[in-house]
Amino acid sequence: MTDPEIYRSLLPLYPIMASLIAALLIALSARHVWLREFWTLAASIAKFSFILLLLPGVLAGKVAGFTFWEISPGIALALKADSFGVFFALIASGLWILTSIYSIGYVRGLNEHKQTRYFASFAICLSATIGVAFSANLMTFVFFYEILTIATYPLVVHKETPAAIAAGRKYLIYTLTAGALLIAATAWTYRLTGTLDFKAGGILGGILLSPGAVLLLFALFIGGVGVKAAIMPLHSWLPAAMVAPTPVSALLHAVAVVKSGVFGIVRVVGFVFGPQLMRQYDLNLILAIFAGVTIILASLLAFRQDNLKHRLAYSTVGHLSYIVLGAALLSPASLIGSLLHIASHATMKITLFFCAGAIYVTHHKGKISELDGIGKAMPWTMGAFAIGAIGLAGVPPLNGFVSKWQLGMGALHSGSFVPLALLLLSGILNAGYFAPIVYRAFFKSPSEPFCMREASPALVIPLVATAFLSILWGICPDLFLHFYSLAAQVSGSILGVTGS
Amino acid sequence: MIQNSPALIPLTLLATAISIPVLALKKEKFAFPIAVAASFFSVVLSFYNLARILDGARISYHFGGWIPPLGIEYVLDPLSAFIALVVNVVAFFVIWHSKGLQTAEVAEKPVPYYALTLLFLCGGNGIIITGDLFNLYVFIEIFSLAAYGLIGIGERKAPVAAFRYLIMGTVGASFYLIGVGFLYMVTGSLNMADVKAILPLIGRNPAVDVALTLMVAGIGIKMALFPLHGWLPDSYTYAPSTSSALIAPIGTKIGAYVIIRILFFVFGVSFVDKDFPIADFVAWLSAAGIIYGSVMAIAQKELKRMLAYSSVAQIGYIGLGIGMANPLGYIGAVLHILNHAFMKGSLFLVAANLRKKIGHSDIEKLDSTCLKRLPWTTAAFTVSALSMIGLPPTAGFFSKWYLALGAVDKGNWIFLAVIMASSLLNAVYFFRMLENLYLRSPKVRMSEETASPEGCDSAGAFVVPEGCYLTIPVVILSFSLLAIGLWNSAIVKGIILNIIPPGM
Amino acid sequence: MSDFILGHYTYWGVFILMLLGLYGMIFKNNLAKKLIGMTIFQVSIIMFYVASASKWSSTVPVLDPAIGAAEAARYISPLQHCLMLTAIVVGVATSGVAFSLAIVIYRHYKTLDEPLLIERMKAQP
Repeated sequence: MTDPEIYRSLLPLYPIMASLIAALLIALSARHVWLREFWTLAASIAKFSFILLLLPGVLAGKVAGFTFWEISPGIALALKADSFGVFFALIASGLWILTSIYSIGYVRGLNEHKQTRYFASFAICLSATIGVAFSANLMTFVFFYEILTIATYPLVVHKETPAAIAAGRKYLIYTLTAGALLIAATAWTYRLTGTLDFKAGGILGGILLSPGAVLLLFALFIGGVGVKAAIMPLHSWLPAAMVAPTPVSALLHAVAVVKSGVFGIVRVVGFVFGPQLMRQYDLNLILAIFAGVTIILASLLAFRQDNLKHRLAYSTVGHLSYIVLGAALLSPASLIGSLLHIASHATMKITLFFCAGAIYVTHHKGKISELDGIGKAMPWTMGAFAIGAIGLAGVPPLNGFVSKWQLGMGALHSGSFVPLALLLLSGILNAGYFAPIVYRAFFKSPSEPFCMREASPALVIPLVATAFLSILWGICPDLFLHFYSLAAQVSGSILGVTGS
Repeated sequence: MIQNSPALIPLTLLATAISIPVLALKKEKFAFPIAVAASFFSVVLSFYNLARILDGARISYHFGGWIPPLGIEYVLDPLSAFIALVVNVVAFFVIWHSKGLQTAEVAEKPVPYYALTLLFLCGGNGIIITGDLFNLYVFIEIFSLAAYGLIGIGERKAPVAAFRYLIMGTVGASFYLIGVGFLYMVTGSLNMADVKAILPLIGRNPAVDVALTLMVAGIGIKMALFPLHGWLPDSYTYAPSTSSALIAPIGTKIGAYVIIRILFFVFGVSFVDKDFPIADFVAWLSAAGIIYGSVMAIAQKELKRMLAYSSVAQIGYIGLGIGMANPLGYIGAVLHILNHAFMKGSLFLVAANLRKKIGHSDIEKLDSTCLKRLPWTTAAFTVSALSMIGLPPTAGFFSKWYLALGAVDKGNWIFLAVIMASSLLNAVYFFRMLENLYLRSPKVRMSEETASPEGCDSAGAFVVPEGCYLTIPVVILSFSLLAIGLWNSAIVKGIILNIIPPGM
Repeated sequence: MSDFILGHYTYWGVFILMLLGLYGMIFKNNLAKKLIGMTIFQVSIIMFYVASASKWSSTVPVLDPAIGAAEAARYISPLQHCLMLTAIVVGVATSGVAFSLAIVIYRHYKTLDEPLLIERMKAQP
C-alpha cells in the first residue's frame, strides 16, 4: 500500500475552530435561549460538513495536514487528517448533531440550570475530540486529551449535587493521573526516538531497551490512555460519571471521551509501538489479557446494576474492551473489526442512552425495576432500545454483528480459542442483561400505570435515527461514510502491505 | 547610555526610593505615582536591555571607571537580562494593583511602604545585575531588609513572622559572606568572571568546597530550598497582601537566580556536577521539597497559607531543574522561573482581591458568590490554577514538560515520578478551591446591594477607580500564562537557549 | 596537628564566636537574646575577614611616608577591611530593623519571650 500523500491544508483546523468559536458565541449569548441552541446546532452541522469534505481525499490516499507552530523546540503542534482520524471524527461529529437536538429537548424538558455552561462546555469537548482525532503527533494528542479532560469536568458536575461533585473528583483523579502517566511516557519516547509523530507501523522500532523498560514504557502509555478507555481496573470513573445529564453520558461517555481512549490505544499500539515491537515483547498478549478480563467482568457486573445508566456504563466498559482486544490481536480482520466496533458501539450505545434519558425526562424513572410495562407508553423509545440491545449482543442485521464478525474472524486467526470464546460468551451475557429490560418493558404490566406519554419529538427523533443508522450500517457498512473502506485502510497501514 | 544601561535600573530605583519620602512628605498621594512610574521605567529598560543582549553578547558597566577585576562591574548577559525582565514586569503589575488595596491595608503609611517597595526592587535588580561577589552580598542585604520591613507592616502576627525571617535570612546571608571570604582567600578575586577563570587553576581545595557549600546553604535559605524554608509560610501568610504578592513571585526567584549564577557561572558545570556533586544534592532536596510543599498545601484551610506551601513546592521544581545540570532540566528551571513568577503573582493578587471584596480568604468559606461578585478574579484564578496543575496549553505544562525531559535524560525515574505526582497533588488543592468557587451554592441568598460585581456599577457599566486597579493586573498576569504557554518555543529558542551555561 | 590548631588560632577563635552566636540565635528563648546572638555571629564574620587580611611584620594599610607606596607587601591587605566596613554598616541596619520589629512585637503582645509569645499569638490572633 502506498504511503499517503500529505498536502498542506487548513481544512483539519476548521472543525476544531468551528465549535471553539461556537463555545465563545454561546458564552456571549447567555441570555438568549434560542441563540445558544442555534449556535450549538450550527456548529455541529458545520463541523460534520468540514470533516465530510476531508473524506474523499482520504479515501483516495491524500492526507490533509496542518501545522500550527512549534510548541517546543523540535516538536510542532500539528494536525493530520489520516484515515483513522477522519473515521473517528466522522463518528463523533455526526453523532453530535443528533445529540445536540437531543440535548435541546432534554434540557428544556427538565428545565436544567446553567445551560450556558452546559452548551459551551459541550462545544469545547467536541473541539477537543476532533483535535484528538486529527493529532499528528503525541504532543498534540496529549494537548487535546488534557483539554478534553478539563472540558468534560463541568459537564460531569453539572447537577452540582454532592454526588455529582464526588463523581467529578473521582473522574479528575483518574483522568489527571492518566494524563501524568501519558506525559511521562511521551517525554520518554521523545528522548528515545527524537520524534513524536504518529507513523503507521510505529516509531519505537529501532530502540535498544531492556524488556523491562519496554514493558514499563508500554504500561505508562496504556495507563495513560487506558483510563479513558475504561480498561479494568481503571474503569470505575465511568459508572460514577453517570451522574451527569444523559446527553453527556450518551455522547461523551459512550462516544467522545471513551472512544478517544480507545483511539489512543490503537494509536499507541499501531502508530507508536507498531505490530512488530508489540509481538517481540509479548505486549499484545498482556493487552489482550486485560481486555479479555474486562469484557467478561464488566458484563457480569452489568447484571448487578439496577440503575439503567449504570448497567449501560458497565456494558460500555465491556464493549470498549472488544475494541482493545481487536487491537491487541493485531490481525487484519481484528483491526477492521476493532475500528468498525468503534462506530457500531457508538451508534448502538448512544441509542440506549438516548432511550434512558427519554424515560427519565418523560416519566422520571431511572431504575430498571421501575420500567415494567413502559413499552406500551413509549413504543418508539423502547423499540429503539430493543434494536440497540439486539445489536450489542451481536445479532444480524445490525452493525454490531458486522464488527463482531470481523473480530471473530480475527480471533480465529490468532491461534487461540480464548478470544473467540470470550466474544461469544460476552454476546450471550449482553443478551442476558439487556433482554429482561426489553421483555419486562413490553410484556409485563407496571405496578402503577404510566401515563401514556411518549417522549417529546426532540428526544425521540434522534434515538430513532441512531437505531435506524445501526440497522442501515449493519446491512451495508460502507454506505455514505465508507466506514468499512476507512477501517480497511487503517488496518492495512498498521500491518503493512501483506499484514500478518 | 548604552554602556550605562546595566547600572541604570538599580540606581534609578534607589534614587526614587530615597526621593519618595522627600517628595511625598507633604502630599502622601504622590507616593504611589512615583512608585508606579519607577517600576514602569524599569520594565521598559529591562525590555531594552534584553533586546540588546539577545545574541549572547555581554555588556559590562564599570563602577567609578575602575576596570574589573579590581573594580566592581555590573554585567548584562542574557540570563540577568531575562530574570530582570521577569522580576520587573511582575513587580510592575503588583505595584499597579496595590493602589486598589491601599485604603484597606496600608492606609496610614503609603510613603514608607512604597519607599520600601522600591528599595526591595532596587536590591533585587542589583542582585541580578551585579558581577561582583561581595556586591551581591550587599544587595542581598538591601533586598532582605526591605523585605523584612514589607512583611512587618502587616497584621498583628506579621512582625513575629518578619522577625523570624530576619534571623534566618541574616544567618543565610552571613553564610554566604563566609563563603565569599573563603573564596577570596583562595582565589584572590571577588569578580565572578575572574573567579571562574582562576578556580580551575587551583584544583581541588577543601576551602573551595566549603565555600561552595556555605554559599549554597546561605542562598538556599533565601530561596526557601527545603528544608531551609521555615520562614516562608508565616511570612507570606501574615504579610499585607501586596507584600506577599511582591515577595512571593520575586524573592525566591532571585534566590534561584543567585544559585544558578554561583553553581554554573562561577564554579562551572563540571565542578558542581562531577567533582563536588552539590547539584545532585540540591536536586534531591528539591524533590523532597516538592512533595513536602504539595502535601502541606493540601492540609491548609486558608488561601495565602496554601499558596505559601505551594511556593515551596514550586521552588522545588526550579531547584530540581537546576540540580539536574543538563540542558533540558535547566531550560525547565529557567522557564519555570518565568511561569511561577506570573502564576504566583496572579494567585496572590487573587487572594488580595478576595480579602478586599469578601473580607477573608478562607477556602472553606468561599462559595459561588465569588463568581458573581468577582467574575474576572475567578476567571484569572481558574487560568492560574490550571497552569499550576500543568494543563496544556498553559505555561505550567511546558515547564513540567522540559523538567520531565531532563529527568528522562538523567535517567532518574524518581524525579520523573515526583514531577508527575506533584501535578496531581496540585490538582487536589486547586480543584478543591475551584469546586467551592464554582459549584458550592451560597448558604445565604445575596441581597442586591452586596451583589455588585467588581469594577461595575449596578448598570453594568465599567467604573474606573478600585475596580480597574484590582482587576486588570490580575487578569493580565493570569492570561499571559496562556500566551507564554503557546509561544514558549519562541521564548526557549530565542532567549533561554542563549542562557545555557558553557559546559552543559 | 598542633600546627593545625595553634597555627590557626585566630580562625579557631572566630569559629568559637560563630558557634556562640548560632547558639544564642537557636537556643535562647528571648528575642533580644536572639538578636545578641545574631550580632555576635555577624561580628565573628567580620573578625574572620580581618584575620584573613593580617600578616606578620606588616603595618596598617595607611600610607606611611617612611615606607612609601612601592613596597606594598609591608602593608596588610586593605581590601578585607573595606569590605568589612560595608558589612558593619549592614549589621547596623539589620540590628535597627530587628529592634524595631521587636518593639512592635512587644507593643502587640507585651512579651519578648518566644514560648509565651507563641501562646499569646494563638490566644489572640
